[in-house]
Amino acid sequence: MRRTVFARTMAPILAFGLLAAGCSSGGPTPSAGAGAAKGYPKKSIKYVLPFDPGGESDITARLQQKPLQDILGTNVVVSYKPGAGGALGWSELTRTSPDGYTIMGSNLPHIILQPLLRANAGYKTSDLKQVYIFESTPNALLVPADSPIKTLDDFIAAAKKDPGAMTVGGSGEDSANWIGTLDLGDKAGVKLTYTPFTGTGTAIPALLGNHVKALMTYTPQIAQLGDKVRAIAVAADKRMTSLPDVPTFKEQGFDIVDGAYRGVSVPKATPDAIVQKLVAAFKKANSDPTLVQKFEKLGFVVENYGPTEAAQLTQEREAVYGPLLKKLKIIK
Amino acid sequence: MFDLLLNGFLQNFSPYLLLLLLTGTASGMAVGAMPGLSATLGLALLIPFTFAMEPTPGLVLLGAFYMGAIYGGSFTAILVNTPGTPSSIATTFDGYPMTKQGRSEEAIVAATMGSLVGGLIGVVALVFLAPPLADFSLRFGPQEYFWIAIFGLTIIATLASKSLLKGFLGGALGLLISTIGIAPIGGDVRFTFGTPLLQGGVPLVPALIGLFTIPEVIRLIARRGREEAEMVTTEVRSKGHLWGLIRKVLSDPVNVIRSSVIGVIVGILPGAGGSVANLVAYNEAKRASPHPERYGKGEVQGVVASESANNATVGGGMITTLTLGVPGTPPDAIILGVLLLQGLRPGAELFQTQGKLVYTFIFAIAFSAVMMVPVGLIAGRALQRGVVALPARYLAPSIFVLSIVGAYAIRSNVTDVYLMLLIGLVGYLMAVADFSPAPIVLGLILGPIAETGLGQGLLTAAGSNHPWTSFFTRPLSLVLIALSLLSMLWPLYRQLRGRRISPAATLDLDWPPNEAKVD
Repeated sequence: MRRTVFARTMAPILAFGLLAAGCSSGGPTPSAGAGAAKGYPKKSIKYVLPFDPGGESDITARLQQKPLQDILGTNVVVSYKPGAGGALGWSELTRTSPDGYTIMGSNLPHIILQPLLRANAGYKTSDLKQVYIFESTPNALLVPADSPIKTLDDFIAAAKKDPGAMTVGGSGEDSANWIGTLDLGDKAGVKLTYTPFTGTGTAIPALLGNHVKALMTYTPQIAQLGDKVRAIAVAADKRMTSLPDVPTFKEQGFDIVDGAYRGVSVPKATPDAIVQKLVAAFKKANSDPTLVQKFEKLGFVVENYGPTEAAQLTQEREAVYGPLLKKLKIIK
Repeated sequence: MFDLLLNGFLQNFSPYLLLLLLTGTASGMAVGAMPGLSATLGLALLIPFTFAMEPTPGLVLLGAFYMGAIYGGSFTAILVNTPGTPSSIATTFDGYPMTKQGRSEEAIVAATMGSLVGGLIGVVALVFLAPPLADFSLRFGPQEYFWIAIFGLTIIATLASKSLLKGFLGGALGLLISTIGIAPIGGDVRFTFGTPLLQGGVPLVPALIGLFTIPEVIRLIARRGREEAEMVTTEVRSKGHLWGLIRKVLSDPVNVIRSSVIGVIVGILPGAGGSVANLVAYNEAKRASPHPERYGKGEVQGVVASESANNATVGGGMITTLTLGVPGTPPDAIILGVLLLQGLRPGAELFQTQGKLVYTFIFAIAFSAVMMVPVGLIAGRALQRGVVALPARYLAPSIFVLSIVGAYAIRSNVTDVYLMLLIGLVGYLMAVADFSPAPIVLGLILGPIAETGLGQGLLTAAGSNHPWTSFFTRPLSLVLIALSLLSMLWPLYRQLRGRRISPAATLDLDWPPNEAKVD
């Protein structure tokens, strides 16, 4: 009697459990090509972010949500699939149906560096079809406001004096901050010690508390920290309108233009017609003056890379990172 | 400043804001109570709603939700041994035994009052001590975080003094599991068994559900019938009954205040997070108690300690969020995001230019703590009566379904559900072998903090000839080392002092308890 009751209780539990577990996003189904794009979008679109809520990608997506909903005429639902610095999300994207109803935030250089540096990141850079890159946050080199280092030259001189003692904090391993620090060290011929932090949230106290001497972070932090820090260089093409007093690396003699580029991607097999509709939508959203103003106020650089330009940018960066990492013996 | 304070206080009395406070607190409690649904997730879901509102009501809603969610985690922790949020892990240590003894109502009251006091003390710290506390938090560098993690690990010694070996084995297992995935320093991919699915490691909440809930579900099913008899409440329903309970749980004010202070301090450390606060507070409460042997067997002060600490982290974490723009806890990251979206920048200028908004928000958090009391005492006790009366054949499947939903909800990832089930099975087997889940969870939480602190500490001290010495020469580190030694040696000290601790009353977190009633 007890055993049958036990079995009767456990059976539906197990069945339900397997059912619930099976209800994951299905594997890729063959799409019907241009026919599928007709009437797209017919239902709500999932805008998935492969990071935790509250970060720069989240803020960006939230700002885009309403404009996109108005333009596409359907609901855009933001959700999160964090883990492994974005790799869990991107690898899942490769298994997602290429019907255009799931778009995922994608970041450069993450999607380049992760497959390059990890034996199995679960995806290859070419598996993601980048639809649009809409903003970037250039790298910025900061020191505490009371630091004796006043310019990039001071920084390099101090680093040369004590090889390895110049500690530069940054957000994450295999990130734009990291590769930016490596690049600077290589081009300036100094040995910098990069200290990864789990996010800008933990990196900033390290700088303010003088646990690291400098911080390679993103431009939004400059405005956020105000007069507690001094920005000695920014990795942008030309001076940013929101930061007119901060010199670029370029004008100080170092061709370093890099940072994190944020965009959205869809699975590789998504039909071109759908991709073009998404491109048009993001292009329109990105030209909305309120959105542009908010981006700039937050310290973002508004970008407008369509799929071809994004792919080109990716290739260009890959061509820079590959040799640099090989030179530094980080990859073979 | 006084007029700003008064203004912030009074603003909250508008009907609209009061309604938001109530809605926020209640829905926060509901979300917090569900295992797997954390405060962070709930806040993320609320973000679109705040777009339709002015900044002030939007922030009031978020603040109330946050406070409610941290409190809500205690319900399931007490009633079904499942921490609703990682901030309520220590609440299960005594809350669940109390439920088994028919004292679940007392536990709920304890959690409520503890959360109230903790929440208020957190806000007091935020209002009056924000600048000095923010500066204090900056002095914690990687080395200090490492020692905090070590200090946290010494709690294992207090939690498992009956079988220290099993405690440390559990802790070591937790540490090992925490290494799965990508290394925080160096980016190496470790122990993923060849699959990219494990790159993200084993997240805390599925592991929590697996270790605490699943074994309990299995037990509920296997011992169907016995549980119902155990859970009958024998309290007499007298008029002053509730007040009597409230007086009892507040009978140790030192405990509540100390735990709240611990919560505030842990809250201001961005690298630590709320899940550490309740464990440390519990540990300290047990150490300071004249009856440490009662902890783990239904000592109400254990519940009070855990819950006041975790609600104090709400105010504490807000300190660094508002003054430095550095989120103290994951939910703070969301609130910070909303501030930025509204065009408000944290820092001293926020207090100056947006003083009204800031203080209304701060007082909203305090009001929400107060509102938790009637909502919690009514809804919580109703829930408690419902759960206790529910036969196992309905309770067990419901909890199981909630567990699956909860495990999935964290990262929208099916892998987490499988992990949770696997860990659940392992957890059950370990429980049968007399291993408590608490040390494993401690290892899982503290492993990354320790490893990150160690790696970063060595890197930031790279300039000196012997980077290792930086771990032993910084004043704050030395204080933490002393605390760790104290914590580790305390159980030995108690025994050496010859305090008569009878074998039956040894400090232990035996699990499952009541072995005498095994089939």
